Amino acid sequence: MSVQSAGRWGLVAQFPAPLKARFARNKLAVAGLLVVILFFLFCFLGPLLYSTDQTHTDLTQVNLSPSGAHWLGTDAVGHDELGRLMYGGKVSLLVGLAAGVLATVIGTLWGSIAGYAGGWVDAVMMRVVDAGIAIPALFILLVVSAITTPGVPGLIVILGLVSWLVPSRLVRAETLTLKRRDYVLTLRAIGGSHGRAIARHILPNSVSTIVVAATFQVADAILLVAYVSYLGLGVQPPATDWGGMLSAGLTAAYSGRWWLIVPPGLAIILVVCAFNAIGDGLRDAFDVKGRG
Amino acid sequence: MDTLLYLTRRIAQALVVILIVTVVVFGLLHALPGGPARGILGPQATPQQITLFNHDQGLDRPLPVQYLYYLRQLLHGDLGTSYTLNEAVSQLIEQRLPKTLVLTVLSAVVGLLLALPLGMWQAVRRNKPADYVITTLSFVAYSTPVYFLGLVLVMVFTQVVRWFPSQAPQGDTVAQVFADPVALVLPVVTGAASMVAVFSRYMRAATLENLSEDYVRTARAGGSRQRAILFRHVFRNSLTPVIAMLGYYVPVLFGGALVVEQLFNYPGMGLLFWSAAQSSDYPVLLGCVLVISVATVVGTLLADVVQRVVDPRVKGGLA
Repeated sequence: MSVQSAGRWGLVAQFPAPLKARFARNKLAVAGLLVVILFFLFCFLGPLLYSTDQTHTDLTQVNLSPSGAHWLGTDAVGHDELGRLMYGGKVSLLVGLAAGVLATVIGTLWGSIAGYAGGWVDAVMMRVVDAGIAIPALFILLVVSAITTPGVPGLIVILGLVSWLVPSRLVRAETLTLKRRDYVLTLRAIGGSHGRAIARHILPNSVSTIVVAATFQVADAILLVAYVSYLGLGVQPPATDWGGMLSAGLTAAYSGRWWLIVPPGLAIILVVCAFNAIGDGLRDAFDVKGRG
Repeated sequence: MDTLLYLTRRIAQALVVILIVTVVVFGLLHALPGGPARGILGPQATPQQITLFNHDQGLDRPLPVQYLYYLRQLLHGDLGTSYTLNEAVSQLIEQRLPKTLVLTVLSAVVGLLLALPLGMWQAVRRNKPADYVITTLSFVAYSTPVYFLGLVLVMVFTQVVRWFPSQAPQGDTVAQVFADPVALVLPVVTGAASMVAVFSRYMRAATLENLSEDYVRTARAGGSRQRAILFRHVFRNSLTPVIAMLGYYVPVLFGGALVVEQLFNYPGMGLLFWSAAQSSDYPVLLGCVLVISVATVVGTLLADVVQRVVDPRVKGGLA
């Protein structure tokens, strides 16, 4: 059989297109990646071009509608709204990214150990996960916020600690199939340790599941921190994030100040959509099962 | 595995999970400042009074003994006493929960009434423009914070056009809530939006799956018209698994209620929880967490069981 006919008969198709190419074919995912990059540039480099004072209040400049001097108007204590969008976005993006990654790391460790150990260790560890999922994250976050007022690092840790459960289930399922593979059994037969089996074989082979889970996790974390801040229990003024900017939203809504509501709300929707789209694209590119 | 065995195992699992939740809640209650003494005696209690109270109530005994005591109280429906409202937590929840249920059930019904036909229509028009538009919209709705949607609705419907009031119906009883149906519109719509997004996706998937089944081909070959097949067979077969998904959706419904009640000042359990968070009223907070967690476990259990009974091909469910 010639090389060409091998291709025609689909043998070449066993070597799938490179990951990057498959991701690039998904237009929505590429758009998502673009949106995320633009928002990072906007929040972290934007203040260099559009410099505003976000620490001091200015009571001579409150509640101004959008104008040449303040492109998106000002809020109830005189902060420039466009500048605040950049300033709050830094917190939203940083906390979301860091918490999503932290949750994935915890979930990966927990899930791979449970799945690899099997038996009663697995049963106990997974019932703990069930119990964690039974206590909705938003409620447990509000309880914690009532006990202490977390700063940005505290918020990241707390968010990570309440949202590692779903990734742990995914990684456990992956580990259950991987641990029966020949290369793992061989490593054990020649005297390799359990830790080595997990670190050298199970985790590297689960990397696609882990990366996809992490992307969705970031989207969820950005939403979750926005909820907590909106309810007045997230980062405290003068610091803020997109959710916090909306916590005074009802007053703004009654007085028709749309510029205090629409921009942070749209920013949240766009970024969360973008991370979800990237997750979808990666999932299809890696061809793994995950959230539907 | 035979269904009875599955049921027993699954219920035992759910009980274990609830037990772990009570350990977590008990642990939190004990790690927190104050303790029940402060709740019942008030902030002016002297240290002697607190010591005496703790001794009377067995609160100076070892933690495992106290945990068993706590469990016994729970089984008697005693969730402790609020620090700030001077009332039993169980009583507070008993007053507020029905109103939250009214709101969530109404939102769920409205959401499903929109989502089911929408999802079915998408399945029939698969990969046509209408399908893409609705898919995109549900993607966006899924990523929209509930309160942002609520704020936009308040802005449009109370400021631009003055159709609906911005406050949910007030009052202590469920009857008073229903006495003011116009005021219910915005809260219910806000709560229903994300349901439409999620459940139209489920319905679309379920309908597509059923459309590819042999019985549909058989019915078609037998000369049944598309419309008859769709409504007589496909809709009915898709309905139960989709409705069973509601069981997994319980925590999201409560989370939504929390935000909707806070936004529209609706005096249900969500608003109770939010005010308790503002005033660090731990017994109320943890009492609500316990109730919501048990509801979540029961919801998941029901969903797993229904899915298994409806479709014997499903194995194990989420467990």
